[in-house]
Amino acid sequence: MTETLNIDQIRADFPVLHQQVNKAPLIYFDNAATTQKPKAVIDALSAYYEQDNANIHRGIHTLAERATTAYELTRKKLAAFLNAPSTDQIIFTSGTTAGINLVAQTFGRANVGKGDQIIVSNLEHHSNIVPWQMIAEEKGAEIKVIPVSDAGVLDIEAYKALLNPKVKLVAVNHVSNAIGTINPIVEIISLAHEVGAKVLIDGAQSVAHLAVDVQALDMDFFVFSAHKLFGPTGVGVLYGKRDLLESMPPYQGGGEMIKEVSFSGTTYNELPYKFEAGTPNIADVIAFGAALDYVQAIPSEALAAQEEALLAYATQKLQLIPGLRIVGTAPEKIAVISFVIDGVHPQDIGVLLDKFGIAIRTGHHCAQPLMQRYELVGTCRASFAFYNTFEEIDRFVLCLEKTLQMLG
Amino acid sequence: MGKSINEIQEELIEEFGLFEDWADKYEYLIDLGKKLAPMSDAFKTEENVIKGCQSRVWLHAEKQGDLVVFQADSEAIIVKGMISMLIRVLSNHTPAEILAADLYFIEQIGMSQHLAQTRSNGLVSMVKQMQHYALAFS
Ligand SMILES: Cc1ncc(COP(=O)(O)O)c(C=O)c1O
Repeated sequence: MTETLNIDQIRADFPVLHQQVNKAPLIYFDNAATTQKPKAVIDALSAYYEQDNANIHRGIHTLAERATTAYELTRKKLAAFLNAPSTDQIIFTSGTTAGINLVAQTFGRANVGKGDQIIVSNLEHHSNIVPWQMIAEEKGAEIKVIPVSDAGVLDIEAYKALLNPKVKLVAVNHVSNAIGTINPIVEIISLAHEVGAKVLIDGAQSVAHLAVDVQALDMDFFVFSAHKLFGPTGVGVLYGKRDLLESMPPYQGGGEMIKEVSFSGTTYNELPYKFEAGTPNIADVIAFGAALDYVQAIPSEALAAQEEALLAYATQKLQLIPGLRIVGTAPEKIAVISFVIDGVHPQDIGVLLDKFGIAIRTGHHCAQPLMQRYELVGTCRASFAFYNTFEEIDRFVLCLEKTLQMLG
Repeated sequence: MGKSINEIQEELIEEFGLFEDWADKYEYLIDLGKKLAPMSDAFKTEENVIKGCQSRVWLHAEKQGDLVVFQADSEAIIVKGMISMLIRVLSNHTPAEILAADLYFIEQIGMSQHLAQTRSNGLVSMVKQMQHYALAFS
């Protein structure tokens, strides 16, 4: 039997959960947008500013050394978290979006030419579409799209048919933010490699729910945001294969990313600093280290079991509501439920649930092409984390029923 | 002579003053939305869509004599309720009156969250657009 989590104890670690919103206890079901932060992360942030604040990598004084060590420690933790072969391959960015843009503007700029192709999927977040459109437009390349089934599953046969030697990059998310589908990235990656294409996996929605081993998965690029993994906003991670990162031109120029600067020419720093120009987000990177410690201390099987149970319970209860349809019913999905209700606009549901103290997300979830595919103006999305409870789901369903009565 | 903009605002404040809890207030708002005079389909054009809304909102204005008359609609009923109040307050007034209006009723009835930018429901844009029309007609 797997260990079960002590949810009360876990909830006690998240200060934000203990409050009233609109005179009702907060129910936070918008974890796919951003997760809440454990006290350990908040404490790490203030401890850094209270005790260690200094600029890193430059000073020789004690504070600079402490800050540098703490900052680099998060990189080490991340290398272990992802099973990366080396810390040099862990590049700090400001988030998933920044990581994707970095790869588009460096790898993309150097490797995508006229008539080449970039493959994305119909399930992507705008941040894994627009940066590729920008580089494709600039280079005269084409964007090809892997179609998605009614259930929300990518069509792998269609993907195979799209692959050819002109494809330079495949950019797909590990997990869809809008409907929760877990994509078959092992297959996606190996098929791309057969035609010589590289793959960027957007892990924004997967890292909080699934174990990621970048070597076992043979990842070329993997990007995610700390804020969706119980860490602070403003920090992201780009993992890349060493040969790719080394051959890529630098992105932004500035301090930190150089070896030597003179007016006759500048040489660039080594990995990972070549891609980290300027003073980075030191405090939040250090606090992110505390988030990694926190999640890794939770037994992963128990965490997955809790999320699976929440998903199954909520799915079963929501299906009993007349007129409600779940959008995204892939057999493999994380604890995200997108739904629509006949004759009711998602926004109305979101506004009224907020009055009951319940936070969900409504709208297109930055995935307009997917909404177009399903001919929807948007959906309501409830996304769970391990600190959510069955009682919260009960109250959510009850309040949703009341909401529908009010709108009826 | 119709009622002044402020007289109508006072009426709305009084109507909403009857409700103790938020649910009653919202039920009334939803009701207002449902009762909003239907907008002619001919005016539900792309050009009349107000940008920046999570739900689509259409606004049409025309001048009848000295007065500006608005018609509007939305896919979302709560937004429609808000629209219905804005139309009740601003429609059938002169451009000068519309441009000078201070819409204090929204805060007084406890609905100012619907005008917050984060709501992305476009009511802010809707009010601006109504004023643009008034300016164009003045
Ligand atoms: C799948 C996916 N990709 C990319 C992003 C963008 O992440 P960020 O806004 O942190 O850069 C998100 C965030 O919503 C996401 O869910």
